[in-house]
Amino acid sequence: MGNVIGIGAAPKRKEDQRFLTGRGNYVADIKRPGMTAGVFVRSPHGHAVIRGINKSAALAAPGVVAVLTGDDVAADKLGSLPCGWGITDAKGVPMKEPPYPMLAQGKVRFVGDIVAFVVAETPEQASAAAELLTVDYEVLPSVVGVLDAVGPGAPQLFDDVPNNICCDWELGDKAAVETAFKKAAHVAKLSLVNNRLIGNPMEPRAAIAEYEPGTDRYTLWTTSQFPHVVRFLMGALVLNIPQHKLRVVAPDVGGGFGVKQFHYGEEAVITWAAKRVRRPIKWVASRSEGYVSDRHGRDHVTEAELALDETGKFLAFRVKTLANMGGYLSTFGPNIPTNLYGPLLGGVYTTPAIYCNVKVVFTNTVPVDAYRGAGRPEATFVLERIVDVAAAEMGIDRVEIRRRNMIPKEAYPYQTPVLVQYDSGDPVGCLDGALVAADVKNFGARKAASASRGKFRGLGYSTYVEACGLAPSRFAGRLGARGGLYESATVRVHPTGQVTVLIGTHNHGQGHETTFAQIVSDRLGVAFENVDIVFGDTDRVQFGMGTYGSRSLVVGGAALSKAADKVIVKGKKIAAHLLEAAEVDIQFEAGKFSVAGTDRTKTFEEIAGAAYVPHDYPLEVLEPGLEEQAYYDPVNFTYPGGCHIAEVEVDPETGTVTLVNYTAVDDVGTVINPMIVEGQLHGGIVQGVGQALYENAVYDEGSGQLLSGSLMDYCMPRADHLPMMTVATHSTLCTHTPMGVKGCGEVGTIGSPAAVINAVVDALSHLGVTHVDMPATPNRIWRLLQNASLPVAAE
Amino acid sequence: MKPFAYHQPGQIPEAAKLLISVEDAKILAGGMTLLPTLKQRLANPPALIDLSKLGNLKGITDEGATITIGAMTPHAVVAASKLVQTKLPALAALASMIGDPAVRNRGTIGGSVANNDPAADYPAGVLGLGATVITSTREITADKFFRGLFETALEPNEIITAIRFPLPLKAGYAKFKAPASRYALVGVFVAKFADGVRVAVTGAGPGVFRVPPMEAALSQNFDPSAIAAIKIDTDGLTSDIHAEADYRAHLVTVMAKRAVDAALT
Repeated sequence: MGNVIGIGAAPKRKEDQRFLTGRGNYVADIKRPGMTAGVFVRSPHGHAVIRGINKSAALAAPGVVAVLTGDDVAADKLGSLPCGWGITDAKGVPMKEPPYPMLAQGKVRFVGDIVAFVVAETPEQASAAAELLTVDYEVLPSVVGVLDAVGPGAPQLFDDVPNNICCDWELGDKAAVETAFKKAAHVAKLSLVNNRLIGNPMEPRAAIAEYEPGTDRYTLWTTSQFPHVVRFLMGALVLNIPQHKLRVVAPDVGGGFGVKQFHYGEEAVITWAAKRVRRPIKWVASRSEGYVSDRHGRDHVTEAELALDETGKFLAFRVKTLANMGGYLSTFGPNIPTNLYGPLLGGVYTTPAIYCNVKVVFTNTVPVDAYRGAGRPEATFVLERIVDVAAAEMGIDRVEIRRRNMIPKEAYPYQTPVLVQYDSGDPVGCLDGALVAADVKNFGARKAASASRGKFRGLGYSTYVEACGLAPSRFAGRLGARGGLYESATVRVHPTGQVTVLIGTHNHGQGHETTFAQIVSDRLGVAFENVDIVFGDTDRVQFGMGTYGSRSLVVGGAALSKAADKVIVKGKKIAAHLLEAAEVDIQFEAGKFSVAGTDRTKTFEEIAGAAYVPHDYPLEVLEPGLEEQAYYDPVNFTYPGGCHIAEVEVDPETGTVTLVNYTAVDDVGTVINPMIVEGQLHGGIVQGVGQALYENAVYDEGSGQLLSGSLMDYCMPRADHLPMMTVATHSTLCTHTPMGVKGCGEVGTIGSPAAVINAVVDALSHLGVTHVDMPATPNRIWRLLQNASLPVAAE
Repeated sequence: MKPFAYHQPGQIPEAAKLLISVEDAKILAGGMTLLPTLKQRLANPPALIDLSKLGNLKGITDEGATITIGAMTPHAVVAASKLVQTKLPALAALASMIGDPAVRNRGTIGGSVANNDPAADYPAGVLGLGATVITSTREITADKFFRGLFETALEPNEIITAIRFPLPLKAGYAKFKAPASRYALVGVFVAKFADGVRVAVTGAGPGVFRVPPMEAALSQNFDPSAIAAIKIDTDGLTSDIHAEADYRAHLVTVMAKRAVDAALT
């Protein structure tokens, strides 16, 4: 018998047994009898008309089984890849939603757009045949940047989308904001770019599809964060496969960060093709292929203005953003820079009036969608940067101006002017904790020590809040969601008392198999080792919306908690019968059902046994078996937040920025497993540091070629870029989730870019530098210093 | 990867014969550049000639006034060699900065020099030290060997067997790593000999090159201050998404100073 390992403990992760011993089961590991290999032929052009495709040489190549193109998709009358959100403009006019065919039809709109699918006996034969496919392109000029895309004379991606604008979206009280600006003692202004990112999960995307003629059933194994949603979107909306005839399996998945939370054309093409060729087909993307087909993130150009009174109180905030959607609408695409951006512009401050206008724009680039944080890092960056700009312009200390505007702990629940209502939080507490943890009071001495070595040292703050636990379905529906955002869990108690949980979230690095087992162990008093978590298979798990938006613990964990409660309720009924007591007198604690005030008890195992061997059982009023299911739809988002403090050192000779200290004090609500939370915070912070200092997806204007097309040119943060981090929690409990949890998957990525850039600007402020765009590369910093007000000689 | 014939000759003449008898055959040394190119189907050589079974191409020899390093010696061996660390520490340091541990254990000095990648480290060391490239047929001085972007003086049937380095009085290498690839965005090798100073730059342009004004200044006064004011012309320097030409030019001066600093410590 093992031990109960409950909430707050930090056991080693269950899943690491298989991962660390090489026994994981990823899509690329799976082999099916008679399996063929598929290769996607992708557009080498950013923008072109397809005049014709000649398949004959490819079809005649050795080992080729099939060559499929957009004409075949059209002939089969298949659906467009669906967008899961429909946003509207200020007048209520729906966004422009041009079709996204799973194989390009008539035109290609980004380098990487899928033109054909080649199936052959081996991957080598498929690759060789793909090179023989002749596509006659009429190359058109590409447009890759949002400013260019909305400008006069820009190449137009779609005939019926003038100026490439998908939607001109807005939020907030425009008139109230204008009135407040007229009264302002000071207006801070800031123009900035939020750089385009590539997600880079460790495991590239992959899929295997198989069709069984005997049962008319399809199986798709795919690297997905949400297999049930893929089954719905692909089966119901693209391929017209009934839900009961389609199984989607997402087995072990090596990281997602959002990249794998969309329904991709590759999944639909391979599933459709598997039936046509009557054999299983496998496709595994290369890293290079991922760079031109995995959905990218961020890519905003923004102008922001903050109105303040003479004491530095924020009166109003106005933000105008152009957001890049890429060549088509991806699954969540238009939702990210709108609904997950505008409502976060209040931050942790009492700003009474906010207006946000976002033009969502098509360009000849990979479609842009959610990437860890998704909209919320962009909002936090704009807000936390302009707060620093305002403080500098008004001569108010950066910490002090934040304090003056922070929502006090006792003011929660707090209704913002941009839809969301924060249930709980303590921004001042997080700030105070971080100031101590970061040893801010001795920063001056550290700065002087750096100066003595010819280096500039800077300190940067980010006091932020995010909305996660996506999402309350009714609220999301009003904002344009076309699906629900609840979660489900089944707690299956076996006759021997061990437990299998079937849950609709997906574990691809987050440690769910451990965290969820702790919840069950805690609730039911079952040994930690006697709980297994099953996910990622639509034939095994009832339903689910998957893992994204820091929702798994908040929404899935809540469903699990509710299902466990139902098990206890039923267990009490069984115990009441066996112990010959009234149900109300049965207590459940530490894995034992007992009659209050007596020593009469039944163990959890005894109750489970009685439920499955119902010889002495209230069969007249109670069904046998012990398995309960719950669906949970949250009543609100959760609002984790905190204070991050970055400390950097800049080498003025080379422009190199070194992150020397990093401190985060975060409010993530109840912590189930502190080791896993710490790991999530570390990983999230590093991804934000990556955006701030290193990562940048760069396209060539005109041709639409991705210049940062591999890890040789796209810089990921590495271990030697990073200091040891100080990470702590200062939690207030969420008032509406069953366990008080808030989620922690994205906080690091949301809080950190602003902290790092604020530190870089602080380090250079004595030279008149007021803003640095991301990533703060050595080349960029050196150029800023060249143009700065003080000369910086090489020595 | 497309199919190719694979040869593993045991003797240098056999390897040289294969190299001329099979058109477009490629030599496989460590494969650190060649294999990724093949995997991405960017090259389609009909045959690879693997040098790993050739005797005596691996190893480091102390000749007193010179050190000779076999062409198939991996970077990690050079970096860890007590002999190189003692007599030519700047070269051991250079080798320790190449790529990552996997690359250093597979990649070879001969492969790096023959490939002459414009951002590789070894060309700076070979040119900066005025080393001699020894091939299957002759000896070529570094000044005559490197000819710009991926170009060398090697004939089609010629195979590098070793590099012979003279021992300087002092030498240093300073590398500003490209953030993503960790190749040299700019790398400068400085070597002081009895008869003068050599300065070789990699990463900044289409091929490794020397900087005569810095060499003259350092020959007068081997100190970072001697070259602090020497600016490199941006003409012909590389501009890309990581660094524009003027930034690279600036870094040449900074890295040259740091290389002198390294030589003096």
